[in-house]
Order: sequence, then structure tokens, then C-alpha cells
Amino acid sequence: MTTARVAGAGRGRHPHSVPVRRRPLRQRSYSAFRGLMIALVIVIFLAPLLWMLMSSFKRNVDIQDTSKSFVFSPTLANYTEVFGRDDYLDFVGNSLWIALWATALSLLIGVPAAYAMSRFNMRRSALVVLLARIIPGVSLLVPWYYIFANLGWVGGYSVMILSHMFILIPISVYIMMSYFDSMPPDLEEASLIDGLTRIGAFLRIMLRLSLPGIATAGILSFIFSWNNFMFALVLTSSETRTLPVAVFDFVSYASIDWGAIMAASVIMTVPIIVVALFAQRYIVSGLTAGATKG
Amino acid sequence: MAVAPPPEVSGREKLSQWANSHRKWLFASPAVLFIVLLIVIPIGWTLYLSFTDAAGSVRAPFGFVGFDNYIDALTNTSRFWPAVWRTAVFTVGALIFELAAGLAIALLLRRPFKAQGWVRVVVLLPFVATPVAIAMMWRLIFNPNIGFANQVLGWFGIAPQPWFADPSSTLPTLIFVDVWEFTPMIAVILLAGLTSLSDEPDEAARIDGAGAWQRLWYVTLPLLRPMILVAIMLRAIDALKTFDLLYVVKGPGGGSFHEAETLNIYAYTESLLFSNFGYSSAVLILFFLMIVLVMWLLTLRRREVT
Repeated sequence: MTTARVAGAGRGRHPHSVPVRRRPLRQRSYSAFRGLMIALVIVIFLAPLLWMLMSSFKRNVDIQDTSKSFVFSPTLANYTEVFGRDDYLDFVGNSLWIALWATALSLLIGVPAAYAMSRFNMRRSALVVLLARIIPGVSLLVPWYYIFANLGWVGGYSVMILSHMFILIPISVYIMMSYFDSMPPDLEEASLIDGLTRIGAFLRIMLRLSLPGIATAGILSFIFSWNNFMFALVLTSSETRTLPVAVFDFVSYASIDWGAIMAASVIMTVPIIVVALFAQRYIVSGLTAGATKG
Repeated sequence: MAVAPPPEVSGREKLSQWANSHRKWLFASPAVLFIVLLIVIPIGWTLYLSFTDAAGSVRAPFGFVGFDNYIDALTNTSRFWPAVWRTAVFTVGALIFELAAGLAIALLLRRPFKAQGWVRVVVLLPFVATPVAIAMMWRLIFNPNIGFANQVLGWFGIAPQPWFADPSSTLPTLIFVDVWEFTPMIAVILLAGLTSLSDEPDEAARIDGAGAWQRLWYVTLPLLRPMILVAIMLRAIDALKTFDLLYVVKGPGGGSFHEAETLNIYAYTESLLFSNFGYSSAVLILFFLMIVLVMWLLTLRRREVT
């Protein structure tokens, strides 16, 4: 991808188009300035995360001691403490279970809806789905809590999965809509002429061709569900607690155990960072899909 | 959902005709129904509760009080209006810095360079990482005694700051964290916009002798304007509703002096912690109307552009 654009960009940036010695001073100092700024951007966005990682390997006395900011003897004590505490692995499992189910069900409902909205131009329905993106979660949490508490559902997995689907369906629909919009309708029309029904064409042709789009929607959905805090804060019980709430609960201990909190935060963030490393392109295209559609 | 009556034909044909005329609903109705059920019923319920004195427990009986809750909220100058103000300051403040920095970063990364892929991944991390972990991380960094932020200030001979510990510096510090977290999102959206622009108008302006700043101001920015507006809209929606960061840093009520209490936190505290369901429902309806108003204003601006 990069090489293609280097060739396309041409115009003086390319090493061969302008001999190096004739590059004017202004241009060279601009490159140096640009390199410096890019380095600054990296430091600003990476340093805090590295600080979190480093603190997670420090004993609490070293965190308290500002002279040991960079020189300290690393320890795994925080990690063994976190995993030894309150069935932390259960929280990891809860987060994973809820995120996977919510993602799968949202795709199951959202992808066909996006297909119909894209192909049959159902703008009003699309707007209804977008409404779910605009409404503040709290204004739904009160009535949900009211209704689900009366039904005796609060604290179960199903309520958590339902509430997350509410956030994820608009994401899937919007990503998939712009994906289907970008696919030429000839593809299904050809298969309709060949005798497939609309549903058959969707299942056999479109679904297979839209796998990259589905991956994008799935990855972003998983991240949003994994990261969600507010719904989990209200709708989980001690058995269904997810990671963000579990980490938040550490604060209420008598004194703040920074080492353990940082370790727990790292444990919670690492899966997302791994996903981001491998699925960088999907995340970017998912975000901008929402943007270009608007 | 109304459908024209089918002409008289055989049963089988009728069925296939029905499926054909309803096919789009076969695809779309589960999603639309799900959203409607989970929005319309709850919002209706909130509206209903906002005219009652429901409080205490979800099972407690309640009675109608008319517009009392709305009057209580709109005349509450100690909590409601300061919360409206903080919501506005937080959203507008964060948005201005995020746009400026996001645009700068997008322009910086526009032309290809070595390690561009890695830089892009680094820029993705702040807003895909779990917000609760990010909030905890900044709480440690901004700790007045042991935090790294004051240590860095010390290197430059600047006196230590209280950050989150002082009510007057809490909101600016929260805006800083939000800017750190979401500038990358704006940058990624604008970068995608920049790479989709054609080079030709820029090239033409260059040949006409326009300088770099002139080309940015008169060529690139106008072309990028639709993307900028979309980025503002996406970010405004989320900034108005910010919860994780504020709650993790300051807890319910926005701290002991309500210094971080936005409308979202206020409504959450009143409803789910103090169970003032009637009153908080009125606050939520007002909050909802406010968001709809902001969205409406932003889409008006967009229509002007396109």
C-alpha cells in the first residue's frame, strides 16, 4: 500500500525525482521539522501508556517514590495479586462471553438490515437505527433498570448482552451500509437473472463478498462491548461483572493499590491493543465508514 | 409498513408476492424492531415517570405531579444549571482542541514516510484502549504527590499543580485527558478524508504560486469541510455523553464539590444512585432535548455546505 502511494505521490518527495544536493534548504528543514513533530506525536500518545505498563511492574513503594520513576526492580507481584483476587479470571471470561455474544447477535441482526437499507434505500429505518447512537445511555438505563428489575432479570448475562447489542447494532448497520453501498448492484442482479431469489443472492453472493466489511463491523463491535462501562456498572451482579467494573471496584479498597490497578488495566487493555495491531486497517475503515456516511 | 392489497391470484403466488413486496422488511425488521423496542418503550417510560414523584425503589407506588419535576430542574441553580454549563464547557473545550490537533496530525501524516504504518497504530491506541483503564492511568499520572505529570513539570522548573485534586483545575484537566484520548479519532477520520482528496486542486494552486498556508486555507480545508463537519458531529455526540472518564476520576456527583458533574453524571447520580426516578427522568428528557437540538443545529450547518 505504502509503496504504491509513494509512486503515486511523486512530485519531489520521491528520492529519484529531485537530486538530493539540489533540494533547497527550506525543504530540508521542513523534513527535519516534520520528523521532529512526528516523534513528538508518538511520545505524547505512547508515553502515558508506557507509564501504565511500567507502573504495573513496580511495587507500591516504588510507585510512591518519584526518584524510582525509571530505575526500579520490576516485579510480577501486582499481576499475581490481581489474578489471585476475587476470581479475576471469571471477570475476563464474563467480558469475553458478553462481547462475543453481543457481537455475533448484532451482526446477525445488523448485516441483513444494512443490506436492505442500502439496496432498497430505507432512509427512515436507517435514521431510527442512528437514533440509538445519539440517545444518552443513561436515559435508557433508568427505564431498563426499572423494567428488568421488575422482571428479575438484572444481573444476568442476557440483560448485559441485550444492552450491548443496543450499542453494537447501529455500529454494524452503519459500517455494513457503507460497505454494501460501495458494492456494484450488478453482482446480485446477475445472480437474480440466474434464478436465485433475493434472499438466496444475499446469502450466497453478498455475504461471501462482504466478509471484509463484516470483519470490520465485528472487530469494532467487540472493542466497544469489551470497553463498555456504564451499562455494566448498573446491570451486572457480582457473578456477571465485566473487567472495567472490576477494575473500578479496586478503587474502593481502603487505600488505592496503584500497582494492582495498573496491572489490571494492562490486562484489560492488552487484548484490545493486540486487536488494533493486527486489524489496524479494519478499524480505520470502520471509523471512516461511519464518517463518510454521516 | 402499509402494503397495497395483493391482486387475486393463487395461494402460492400470493405467498411469493407477499415475500417479494415485504422482502426488505424481512431483512430490516429485526434490527428496527429491536431498536424501537429498546428505545421507544424506555423513552416513553422516562417521559411518563418525569410527570410523577416516583422515587426510592422500582417497586414503590407513585403519583402524578404534573410539570413539577421540570420546574424543579429548570429552577435548580445549584446543580442543574451548573451541570448544563459544565457539559457545554467540556464538550466545546474538548472539541476545539481535538479538531485543531487532529487536523495538524492528519496533515503531518498525510504524505507517506518510513514507519507510517507504526505511527498509525500508535495513534489508534488511545481511543481503542479501554476508557476505564485510560482514566485510571491518568489518575495516577495526575496524582499531585506521586504523579508523573508534576515530575515532568519539575524538569522545566514549573511548580507542581493540583490537577484533579482541586475543584478549579479539575475540568481543564478532564478536558486535557479527553483531548489526549480522542484527538486520534479526529486525526484518523481527517487523514482518511485527506487521502481521498484529489491532488489536482492543490497542484493547480501551487502552480499559480500559492504558498503552503494559502493552499491549506483556501484549497485543502474547504475540500475537507464535509469530513470536518462529520467528525465534529460524531465527536460532539460522544463528548456530550461522556461518562467513563468523569465517573472513574470523580465518582458519583462529580466529586465533593460537583466539580465534574455534567448533565450525564448528574442524571446518573440522581436516578441510579439516589433513585429519584421522577425528577431524574425530567432531567433526562431535558438532556435528550438538548442533544437533539445540538444535532439539529449541526445538520443544518451540514445542509448549508452540501
